[in-house]
Amino acid sequence: MLKTLQVLFGAAAVFFLIVPLIAILPLAFTSGAFLTYPMPGISMRWFNELVTADAWRRSIVNSLVIGCGTTMLATVLGTTAALGLRGRVVLGGLFRTMFLLPMVVPAVVLGVGMQILFVRLGVANSYLGVIAAHTVVAIPFVVVSVSGSLEGIDRRVERAALSLGASPFTVLQRVTLPLAMPGIASGAVLAFATSLDEVVLTLFVAGPNQRTLARQMFSTIRENISPAIAAAAFLFIVGTLLAAAAAIVLKKQRQRRTGLA
Amino acid sequence: MAIPRIRFDQITKSYGSLRVIDGLSLDIAKGEFISLLGPSGSGKTTLLMILAGFESATGGGVWLDGKRIDHLPPYRRDMGVVFQNYALFPHMTVADNIAFPLQMRGVRKAEIAERVKRALDMVQLGAMSERYPAQLSGGQQQRIALARALVFEPAVVLMDEPLGALDKQLREQMQLDIRKLHMRLGLTVVFVTHDQSEALTMSDRIAVFNKGIIEQIGTPREIYDHPATRFVAEFIGETNLIEGTVERVEADMATVRLAGGSEIRVQAGTAATTSAKVLVSVRPERIHLGPDAGERGNALRSTVVDSVYQGDHLRVQLDDGAHGFIVRSDRRTAEWPQGAAVVASFQPEDCWVIAS
Repeated sequence: MLKTLQVLFGAAAVFFLIVPLIAILPLAFTSGAFLTYPMPGISMRWFNELVTADAWRRSIVNSLVIGCGTTMLATVLGTTAALGLRGRVVLGGLFRTMFLLPMVVPAVVLGVGMQILFVRLGVANSYLGVIAAHTVVAIPFVVVSVSGSLEGIDRRVERAALSLGASPFTVLQRVTLPLAMPGIASGAVLAFATSLDEVVLTLFVAGPNQRTLARQMFSTIRENISPAIAAAAFLFIVGTLLAAAAAIVLKKQRQRRTGLA
Repeated sequence: MAIPRIRFDQITKSYGSLRVIDGLSLDIAKGEFISLLGPSGSGKTTLLMILAGFESATGGGVWLDGKRIDHLPPYRRDMGVVFQNYALFPHMTVADNIAFPLQMRGVRKAEIAERVKRALDMVQLGAMSERYPAQLSGGQQQRIALARALVFEPAVVLMDEPLGALDKQLREQMQLDIRKLHMRLGLTVVFVTHDQSEALTMSDRIAVFNKGIIEQIGTPREIYDHPATRFVAEFIGETNLIEGTVERVEADMATVRLAGGSEIRVQAGTAATTSAKVLVSVRPERIHLGPDAGERGNALRSTVVDSVYQGDHLRVQLDDGAHGFIVRSDRRTAEWPQGAAVVASFQPEDCWVIAS
């Protein structure tokens, strides 16, 4: 009885989470001109529109460029931060909180501040500015993810490496980072997803040349509700799922190879 | 003695107001197998970590072959460390694990392969070279850890309770294996353990630690037969400690009057001075039970309180009216029913006097 209730409740919760997706995704394949049910027929015209219409095509490229830049920057900085915050550090708690702050600070506040700052620095309306802004909100995910996997590393393994003649830098390179790799990889996936998804900061700091896919969808919704949005959303979700799946497959492979958890 | 391989001079280690090691000095000779034995918190592991360079001493100095090494980081100390949990690199194969210290020393590839193979053969795990640590049993992992610590021929091998996680049978096998390797390769080994039988089995010398100092250092035989303090007597094996007062000292023998009134003859250690209050230590396996004392010099009339079958021996609890004591009795002799009157007898040579 209780078991049945548990399953039902679980199913209801999952349904609540994914029903918006189920509602919007089929519309990507509509042959009509509006984002409404019932669909007059099935077609790929909106996907075609995405790759042919200049605004959409450029926004996809922009998203990829900014996403990759953000992923690299956030992964390097976040991993470095997680390494620095490892173990007992003076004021470690304070620093940790600071690194996680962008997760809780309202994006609008962050956006206004960045816009003012970036104009002064002369990086407003540039790729560099957008990547920097996205990196700020992506870093917390990397820090959390990498910190988690660093915590799982037995310090004695690193001590063993030291005693076997490896300098601290070599230990980092040959032992610590390889062992933290699952956390670094999932941090990178999260950073990419965050950048892909980011709208508010982009509105503040991006110029017309840095219009990302998310930003393009946002403005398209205001102008005309075209099914191209559903098609873009479809690409979005498929891309994210593929990234997540790749991370899982890599992890499984490693597990099978080394027997590690 | 020539220059010792390792010299600890007046080592002190404090954490805040807590003093873990207190003015400890110790020389370890080349080729020696020394065990640091003591209960947890006695400072033995801390001393090992100071030697390996993972901890720095609050005071004092450490020398290796006459050169001071306090200031050297762990990776410049030339010591092979074997940890209790093995600490193998989980993301590397067995062969890569063993090759690691050689790679760090810039050994040529061909030579690395050669030496890894030899090290694997040494621990009889040649077939496992392409496995990952998680695919090996605890005992196999420990052998790999040992091979990794030995392959670069370090000046000293440090072992921190390396057998603690293994079951009894495997542990005893490994003790003998490590002992053999030590003798064959002439290794200098510093071995930390809290298991006294392990220390007795393996060591050339044992240093018994208690509260940050060495209570006694000596061969297993000296430590077991002639414990210097009450702590050592009780920590190493089981013993009966009987209170008494020294009556007379003649040459190397002494007479002690026990609290119960009876007198026994004992070996006169340094603690035996006339009218000193002492403890007499008699090992349970040295006491015989029978209807009379026979040829043995000391006899105590006692009553059997309890007798427990232990497989290879009987553990008999006695009371002579003033003290209780324990006897390991040969199981082939008669059963000793509760309340039976019996004479417990033992040789004066098996009695050792400790200052109380």
